[in-house]
Amino acid sequence: MSAFDPARWRPAPLLPEADTRDGALLFVVAVLCFLACLTAIGVIASDRAARGWIGQLGGAATIIVRPSPGETPDAAAARAAEALAGVPGVAEARALEPKQAFDLIRPWLSDIDDLEDLPVPRLVTVTLDPKAPADASRLSAALKAQDIDGSVDDHSLWIKGVRRSASLARGLGAGVFLLIAGAAASVVAFATRAGLAARHDVVEVLHLSGATDSFIAELFQARFARMAAVGGLAGAGAAILVGAGLRIAGGPQGVTPALPVAWSDLLAVVPCPLAAALVAAVAARLTAGGLIRALE
Amino acid sequence: MRYGDGPEALSGLDFTLAPGSFHFVTGPSGAGKTSLLKLVALAARPSTGRVELFGHDVVRMRAESRPALRRRIGVVFQDLLLLDHLSSFDNAALPLRISGRRPSEYRNDVAELLNWVGLGARMESMPETLAGGEKQRLAIARAVVNRPEILLADEPTANVDHEMALRIFRLFVELNRLGATVIIATHDQDLVARSARPVLHLEGGRLTARAAYDAEPA
Repeated sequence: MSAFDPARWRPAPLLPEADTRDGALLFVVAVLCFLACLTAIGVIASDRAARGWIGQLGGAATIIVRPSPGETPDAAAARAAEALAGVPGVAEARALEPKQAFDLIRPWLSDIDDLEDLPVPRLVTVTLDPKAPADASRLSAALKAQDIDGSVDDHSLWIKGVRRSASLARGLGAGVFLLIAGAAASVVAFATRAGLAARHDVVEVLHLSGATDSFIAELFQARFARMAAVGGLAGAGAAILVGAGLRIAGGPQGVTPALPVAWSDLLAVVPCPLAAALVAAVAARLTAGGLIRALE
Repeated sequence: MRYGDGPEALSGLDFTLAPGSFHFVTGPSGAGKTSLLKLVALAARPSTGRVELFGHDVVRMRAESRPALRRRIGVVFQDLLLLDHLSSFDNAALPLRISGRRPSEYRNDVAELLNWVGLGARMESMPETLAGGEKQRLAIARAVVNRPEILLADEPTANVDHEMALRIFRLFVELNRLGATVIIATHDQDLVARSARPVLHLEGGRLTARAAYDAEPA
């Protein structure tokens, strides 16, 4: 056995490296981070879906045209399309072919033989200028100016619904995210208390040897921050795998239209290990600080 | 002073120790010797009264200021309080590490001190592998490594043989000569008698006698 050489001595960690509880805590933090990352990816993807739907609905309007006495429905629709095409804020106005109009209502009426004989109103679809879209009142005024009887549907009812759904999804996602972060902080605070209790000897010796409260608290803070960062990495890694699986399985459109996962969405998990370490550090610091102050 | 809602462990104490003095604290078990050392070590607060150290009223001073005073006090605890996951060298170096000094500044001093207390061959050993006397000496090395201005020792010769007890006592005398105020709580009446140092005798938590010796220690 070689003699001890003080010149080669390096200070050992003041807290024992391993603890039997570490594995379980690491697993819990990893699971919480996995759930938080999945929530983040889900919220981002569903928000994109909602924005896409709002863009599609807001970029167009539908006009229901009722023919004047003595005028055929098709002629009325053509006249309306012509009147609307010149309105500022309208990129394109097009009268739907009768067959397209019948196709739209066919799912509600099933296959009946004399569908074409029904007095189905003609529709004009208007594509709005995305930079300065015309609103419903301007379109109505243009129709009225040409003495055309028509109702303008600017899809505002649907847009409100989609916006409300998107806001709800965002709020729910944020709520779940905060709950998970709170659960992670509670777990770390509990583990810190257990760690302090288990290593009361270390805390007492350091305290009585003149270590400041922050010196001792930093030991626990660093330890749990490291552990949470590792757990965060594992959780984020698992979430990336699941997110990538959804992207590959669903393609750009997503496995469902409400969840079009993009590759860039997976970047949302990058801050997770850092955030987990930060939450753990704050929780451990506050818990350790409070317990050490109680020694006085 | 009392622990929790228990009876008073110490009461009616009123004394001053001169800087650089050397005192024994004696008394039967439960007399309050350890409690007195805890008060001086800033390990406990009195329920009433005043404790002054280094010119500071340590009872009323801010909690943030107390660690700096603790670093000026070395303590050999009765139950030693060695950290079982640290080597002898790491245990002995702990106060220097806490004081924020770089290892290169003190590692040779720590090695020299451990050699001096007879643990030169056990620097890498973990406390659980040390014999009782070796643990005692390691605790003493940790208490004195920072050159404390006050050195407190609670039964420092309890687990060592007579020869080692004398050696430890000489170490305390040497530190006292270097300027440290030394207070030793002990049951070892033989050591007290032969050392001819002032004695604070406690019984039932009260100071019942304060004997001064004019003679130089043997």
